Amino acid sequence: MDEQLKSELRRQGVVATSIQELYNWGRKSSIWPLNFGLACCAIEMIATTMARYDLARFGAEVFRPSPRQADLMIVAGTVTKKMAPQVVRLYNQMAEPKYVISMGACAISGGPFKQGYNVLKGIDRFIPVDVYIPGCPPRPEALIDAFLMLQKKIDAQPLTGPDRPRFMQEGAPSEFTIPTFGAHDLEPTKNREIWSAPAEPALVHITNGNPNGRPE
Amino acid sequence: MTLEEIKTEIEANVPGCRLELIANGSPSGQLSLLVAPEHMLPVAIFLRDAAGLALDYCSNVTGIDWPVKEVSTKTKVKKLVDGVEREVEEVVKTQTGGYLEVVYHLYSMEKKHGPYTLRMRTEDRSERVHLPSLTPVWRSADFQEREVFDLYGVIFDGHPDLRRLLMWDEFVDHPMRRDYVDPDDYEYEPTAHDEVLQRARQHTSELGAE
Repeated sequence: MDEQLKSELRRQGVVATSIQELYNWGRKSSIWPLNFGLACCAIEMIATTMARYDLARFGAEVFRPSPRQADLMIVAGTVTKKMAPQVVRLYNQMAEPKYVISMGACAISGGPFKQGYNVLKGIDRFIPVDVYIPGCPPRPEALIDAFLMLQKKIDAQPLTGPDRPRFMQEGAPSEFTIPTFGAHDLEPTKNREIWSAPAEPALVHITNGNPNGRPE
Repeated sequence: MTLEEIKTEIEANVPGCRLELIANGSPSGQLSLLVAPEHMLPVAIFLRDAAGLALDYCSNVTGIDWPVKEVSTKTKVKKLVDGVEREVEEVVKTQTGGYLEVVYHLYSMEKKHGPYTLRMRTEDRSERVHLPSLTPVWRSADFQEREVFDLYGVIFDGHPDLRRLLMWDEFVDHPMRRDYVDPDDYEYEPTAHDEVLQRARQHTSELGAE
């Protein structure tokens, strides 16, 4: 339907909409985050929900202490290798539709603890992440921005066709492999179905255009 | 009260105890007291219960790994060379380290003094790594001794619940030892600095692109 016509009708007191719009509006306007924090980022997440920043303005004031009642996981803080299986298990226990915000440098990549003996190099190795927020820790405004970004993402999802969200695709996984503890690292160290290491780009030497990246 | 005075007190009250003051080269110059492991328990009980000391609070327990290290020192020795006495430099090589060390920081809440630093050493780094636990003396040492056990592999005899604290139970080795080899899981990252980038390239060339 034509957007102009729609707003014209709106002015006359007639609301015209589609099932997709209504459904997505419902999904994005009452997101219930899971009530858990892993490290210092959790303090910023708590601040976001309190009176000064007031996440309730965007429809996400109900933090649930049970994964069965939550649909957004905010991974706020360092994910240690010892904690990673529990985080994946919590994600698996959440009901669809579910979303993940990876908050802070540690949850994205391990942050300052990357390559440490006990820190996972990013939660996206085991569960699919919708929005990443860089920062150490990110300010509450950044979390609100990520939240609005997630709402926009939900709003733009078509309900039919190949681009429909994962939980509407038959056979698409809603649970992911829970890693087990190995001798020195988690086993497996990453879920290859959803994550692969970035490849090193071929260097191009600026002066001679040699793709091998070495001056001749 | 200085640590020297405490040392004399201990020597007077715990008979046959081997003690050694360890100097500290830093500006603070805080000394620490090396205690022989077999005497550590009576020494600790004395420090806690003696009326004048009353070291009732153990604030910190930590571990140190001292791998075997060869130190060469040059000394000038007079020697007869071709019938003439000359000063010759001689290099003496000595081995230091080769043990694990545990450090305790003690305070007195009652007398308001401290900290005093106690140390004890294991015999080597592989087999004889047993030390007496001080958890029966100071309850606050419980988790910290578990941490030292977890990360350095010191076995505390007499600890009520000696399990790993930070790493999972299936973990082998002790990650804070100087000779711990971390798993080769280096991957390319856009912001890598030299060493990480080098190890990432090595990793990729060995295993192929993933």
